[in-house]
Amino acid sequence: MREVAIIGTGVTKFGELWNKSFRSLGIEAGMKAIEDANLSGNEIDGLFIGNLSAGRFINQQHIDALVADYSGMATNHIPATRVEAGGASGGVAFRQGVMAVASGMHDIVMVGGAEKMTDLDDSSINAIMDSTADSEWEAEMGATFASLHAMIAQRMIYEGTATREEIASVAVNSHFHGAFNPNAQFKKAVPIETVLRSGPVATPLGMFDTAPISDGAASVILCPLEDAKKYTDSYVKVSACAQSSDTLALFQRPDITSYGATRCAAKKAYKAAGITAQDISVAEVHDVYSVGGIMALQDLGFYAKGEAGKAMLDGQCHYDSGKVAINTSGGLKARGHPIGATGVAQIVEIAQQLTGKADNRQVKDAKYGLAQNVGGMGSAVTVTIMEAI
Amino acid sequence: MDVGIVSYGAYVPKYRIKPEEIGRIWGVDGKGMGKGLMINQKSVPSPDEDVVTIATEAARGMMARVPEVNPKDIGAIYVGSESHPYAVKPTSTIVAEAIEATPAMTAADLEFACKAGTAGIQACMGLVGSGMVKYGVAIGADTSQGAPGDALEYSASAGGAAYLIGSEKIIAKINKTLSFTTDTPDFWRREGQPYPKHGGRFTGEPAYFRHITSAAKMMLDAMGTKPEDYNYAVFHQPNGKFPSRVAAQLGFTPEQIEYGLLTPNIGNTYSGAVPLGLANVLDHAKPGDRIFVTSYGSGAGSDAFDITVTDEIAKYKRENAPLLEKVMENVIYLDYGLYAKFKGKIVMPE
Amino acid sequence: MSGVAREWREIPGRYNLKGTKCANCGKIFFPARSFCPICRRASMGKMEEYDVCRKGKVFTFSVVHEAPESNNLQKPYVVAMIQTDDGVMITAQLVDVEVDKVEIGMPVRAVLRKLDTDGESGVIRYGYKFVPAE
Repeated sequence: MREVAIIGTGVTKFGELWNKSFRSLGIEAGMKAIEDANLSGNEIDGLFIGNLSAGRFINQQHIDALVADYSGMATNHIPATRVEAGGASGGVAFRQGVMAVASGMHDIVMVGGAEKMTDLDDSSINAIMDSTADSEWEAEMGATFASLHAMIAQRMIYEGTATREEIASVAVNSHFHGAFNPNAQFKKAVPIETVLRSGPVATPLGMFDTAPISDGAASVILCPLEDAKKYTDSYVKVSACAQSSDTLALFQRPDITSYGATRCAAKKAYKAAGITAQDISVAEVHDVYSVGGIMALQDLGFYAKGEAGKAMLDGQCHYDSGKVAINTSGGLKARGHPIGATGVAQIVEIAQQLTGKADNRQVKDAKYGLAQNVGGMGSAVTVTIMEAI
Repeated sequence: MDVGIVSYGAYVPKYRIKPEEIGRIWGVDGKGMGKGLMINQKSVPSPDEDVVTIATEAARGMMARVPEVNPKDIGAIYVGSESHPYAVKPTSTIVAEAIEATPAMTAADLEFACKAGTAGIQACMGLVGSGMVKYGVAIGADTSQGAPGDALEYSASAGGAAYLIGSEKIIAKINKTLSFTTDTPDFWRREGQPYPKHGGRFTGEPAYFRHITSAAKMMLDAMGTKPEDYNYAVFHQPNGKFPSRVAAQLGFTPEQIEYGLLTPNIGNTYSGAVPLGLANVLDHAKPGDRIFVTSYGSGAGSDAFDITVTDEIAKYKRENAPLLEKVMENVIYLDYGLYAKFKGKIVMPE
Repeated sequence: MSGVAREWREIPGRYNLKGTKCANCGKIFFPARSFCPICRRASMGKMEEYDVCRKGKVFTFSVVHEAPESNNLQKPYVVAMIQTDDGVMITAQLVDVEVDKVEIGMPVRAVLRKLDTDGESGVIRYGYKFVPAE
């Protein structure tokens, strides 16, 4: 199996992009990545797209064909594959791309993630999100996606693993970094009071614990590590890309305050990369709801159970804290969460950190970075570790 | 063979509204209305309740009290109501499924204003007595609608009770049943109309009083009994006043009708009214107690029953489901806005 | 209007909490599974119908303020994960309770309620919810 490198990245602004269609977003991210990798576009021999639900958001199935067509690759008849795994669609698409190159079946692969959410009304959008949990036995029982996360938070607070403030501080941390990211949906830092006083969504979580509805796309180009220098001097190595599954429904798990799929994927990833959690300088974690950030910090081994909240509240996850920097992009909360794009956008952020391109949110001397992408209620998790070359 | 009640269950929703609160909205002396009707408060179904859920809750309590009865031995189920959730698609099959009595059985929904439940008991008695079925279930339940601003808004409420009719291990033997039925248009609702209409004072003497006293006198005649031969009497109760008056007219005392008169505290549960009143009596009855029951349904008719509580009631596992008094505890009071929302009286967006 | 078969198929679980028990390892599953995820092949043909206990305790809960349209009449409403007395976890609404009186550990029991309706003319969906128990 060959080692894999990321030789180019591209990402659009995330937000309510009324003027941009799904097609235009996908192309924009892809073009940026191709430019970044110094390619013409002709070299790409495989395409993987992470997308949650274009079928319901824009009434368009067959996204593989749409992206291949509009990115100019269908004229070469390259194989294109659309991947869906709830919120982990992007991360899983990325892993498919890595496997394609590592196996030797492909030499240059583009992985994209894109979602156009705002063409639908809020109620329908929320129903689509709800359907990434167990549709029949959770959503249809009245358990919205938000309330499932809220129940985790409620139990965490009850068990003393984190306080309400500590959970809220995940959003504060994400907004702190969003202020430094010109592509972020929300570019304003917020104090913790704002989070704590925001309108309730499902107690104890409120509006500011919740990632927004967004449009956006992200793209990366992969090739064998040994070929990377042919294209660019600025590339990173994919040291590990692990993926784990778990039960669809939250209530089918023995423990709901930790994602077993994250722990398992993290374990496999650290082993494959030959490192431990302590070697990670910067990480993108899946804060679709703030409580997810606390769980990620513990499940990824950055902090022991009960300690993650304290560190987050204390500002120790900032890009300049000297400890593992969390969500320097702004995370899902501030950078935005066009669902299929998120997993790939996380990869883009880590790659940019590891190649010194993270502007004024640059983590100094970052050698190893990690991206954690989650689908549903931790039903699919990808953990990707990248290394600066 | 002897035919009678093998088990019973009862349910009233947890929400209440007071007549003074209703009167407040319509610029009327609600408290005075309540006094006149002898109603202190009425029950209101939660938005997620309907006749199906109320009937199911009553039927499940009924089955819990006879754990030795196999629900598959139930051969018939009739749910009587004037507020079935569907105009076409029976409530009774859903309830049958919810107590696991299906599929080898017959079922149908009944409507006869407030006496559809007791009509169901009569139908079950026939099926059991003829040997056609081992057990029959008859339920009377309603979530009746009172038109906003109308007198009936103070009384129309929600609740229901279920009866398992059989011939073995009877806790209350039905010695006889008979009915008095005429075409009397005192109260009606046309298909598709949300609220019923009524004939004002015509609903009194020619309707309620004529049918109840006729059926009651026919029963006393047939059984050769007098009111004092009974421990309890249950009459249909659209308000607290009518049953008190008809009881007095027939010669029954206020003490005899006390347990069976629930309307003052829960309102008029329509098809559920007499079944609930009888359930409250049975909650307190002892072996040998004799109970006189006369229901009334507008349109019009009365079903009378002469019942004797058996020794079997001492072995009956009444405690497997809460007594009606307990079910009616810890209520939650609503203001008119919440009441209107719960009862679907507010025009909602598409 | 959505198809009616989908809901009809789930009646045993939705009305009567029918689950399954693996005769091989004894574990109980709700919703019903035809295959034990622990025993896998060894459980084939050995899954038995099981009546999940209708009493339990609140394991965790949340008061839902942003509700889907179908639940608009009842918001804010409580959703909970309930652990039944036979150790099965179920996610359901908790009703007939004041939202600020809900506590982890509260005893509750299952009842049949309306889940939602398919508009003014479609079918009514019934299923389990929980109410406080003594």
